[in-house]
Amino acid sequence: MNAITDAQLLARARADARTDQRFRMLVTAAGLFVLVSLVAVAASMVWGGREAFRKFGLGFLWTDRWDAVQQQFGALVPIYGTLVTALIAMLIAVPVSFGIAFFLTEIAPKWLRSPVGAGIELLAGIPSIIYGMWGLFVLVPILGEHVFPWVDAHLGQLPGIGMLFSGPPLGLGMGTAGLVLAIMVIPFISSVMREVFLTVPGQLKESAYALGSTRWEVVWDVVLPYTRSAVIGGIFLGLGRALGETMAVTFVLGNAHSLTVSLLEPGNSIAATIANEFTEADSEMYRSSLIALGFVLFVVTFIVLSIARLMLRRLNKREGN
Amino acid sequence: MSDSLHRMRAAKNAIAQGLAVVAAVFGIFWLVWILWTTLRMGIDAMTPALFTQMTPPPGEEGGGMLNAFFGSALMSLLGVALGAPIGILAGTYLAEYSEKSWIGESVRFINDILLSAPSIVLGLFVYTLVVVQMGHFSALAGAIALGFIVLPVVVRTTDEMLRLVPGQMREAALSLGVPQWKVTLQVLYRSAMPGIVTGILLALARISGETAPLLFSALNNQYWTTNVLAPMANVPVVIFQFAMSPYDNWHSLAWAGAFVLTLFVLLVSIAARTIVARNRMSHE
Repeated sequence: MNAITDAQLLARARADARTDQRFRMLVTAAGLFVLVSLVAVAASMVWGGREAFRKFGLGFLWTDRWDAVQQQFGALVPIYGTLVTALIAMLIAVPVSFGIAFFLTEIAPKWLRSPVGAGIELLAGIPSIIYGMWGLFVLVPILGEHVFPWVDAHLGQLPGIGMLFSGPPLGLGMGTAGLVLAIMVIPFISSVMREVFLTVPGQLKESAYALGSTRWEVVWDVVLPYTRSAVIGGIFLGLGRALGETMAVTFVLGNAHSLTVSLLEPGNSIAATIANEFTEADSEMYRSSLIALGFVLFVVTFIVLSIARLMLRRLNKREGN
Repeated sequence: MSDSLHRMRAAKNAIAQGLAVVAAVFGIFWLVWILWTTLRMGIDAMTPALFTQMTPPPGEEGGGMLNAFFGSALMSLLGVALGAPIGILAGTYLAEYSEKSWIGESVRFINDILLSAPSIVLGLFVYTLVVVQMGHFSALAGAIALGFIVLPVVVRTTDEMLRLVPGQMREAALSLGVPQWKVTLQVLYRSAMPGIVTGILLALARISGETAPLLFSALNNQYWTTNVLAPMANVPVVIFQFAMSPYDNWHSLAWAGAFVLTLFVLLVSIAARTIVARNRMSHE
């Protein structure tokens, strides 16, 4: 029989302690790697865009000239296009997503709820390039032939808001991009909302129903107040996606560097400009300006996503997780 | 008096429910339309040549996407191989070692940001980090860009899955004198394995359709290549360039690629969900 001596035990305990130490260092390093990557992303954009920042300064943000020949670059048109398309997308997607979540948690028959919910979650994973392609080949022709002319003729003449709705019947433009973005973020926002609505304790809703509340009153006065911060978080997550989305909008924006109020005219966004022009950029200053644009996008989405995460975390805290 | 109040509430409820149904139909209508178009155009464009021939030069009939399929598969696998191990370790750190310290909380927060950061920004990052240093576009740069997208997905799921493992299991193993690294490797990982695999599958589904980061890293290549240090064709960028082109046969190839891509993404996501569902049932 081999008896294990104290010395052997001690040696083994020492070896285990050493391995423990190393394993802890390994996983801590991996955790810190995540932190370092985000810092490195920001730093690389500042570094890559340094020439543009040095030459144009803060004026880069509100100059609308984008001229590769004269080497003059300003980000106003893409920034404006990014904000407008994301705004249109949110105006459509938020109420629709709320309706879908309301439908799936309170109205739909029980057997329909989880298959439709799971289906929408699956659709949220479809690559954005598919949305963009569909937009270009299916939506743009329909909008150009039937919808834009009608909008131009009927809404384009209105005083005040008419400027928004007049333009050539191309089918391309900020309105189209906003619609495609909306279709893309609807599955995303509605599945977050649905999930969040499902966290509301049954007793709360049942109490309200027992007092004679209608379904609408339960959702509006009980579910929504309970989940408010997380719902806002979900909306901001969707906004972050809409702001940074590249492929879904690049196809349908029209890639025009002109500042226009009309939603029917071609425009541009930060991500679309970078995607369209980066591989063709033939000078250092051109490329540097595109990376500087990327930095602007990074900062904007960082702020939006931070708000989203803080809001979503608040509901988790209440749940006691 | 109370009757009219009641009627008003009922009417409001009916209108709200009606609008919710309309919203649901509206939302699902577009998605079904998109899927239907992809299906119809994709099946029309399906030919055996799609999987046996290379991407055609402009103006030439026929051709397939064999080089692009290979490139996408290779870069996605490399991306997972680069991102997943670091992601699993970082997730382990968050769940087992960070102990609610501020640094653990910030890693978790930053990881959540990275999870939804615009992929085009990651593409530019890898461009300045790898492509500029190497002096040319390459499949390796593409794989690194994809790896940075895999990373936060795997960190998040590993963290969540490890935290679902009951504390008694850790205590039981530790009380037997098993060192912590062994507890992690042999008890926790084994118990959380289905969840971790799900995370990796979800990450794979996500990167297989990513276009923007590959535009500035792997770019495209008309020819067959297995050299990871050279530009390499891949499905999303080929779809992008072919769809934007004026040639009809390029368009139909783009649709065929889009169809295969969508099918792949859906199948992988369904597989991931099935693992989660089965695992949940065995736990109950």
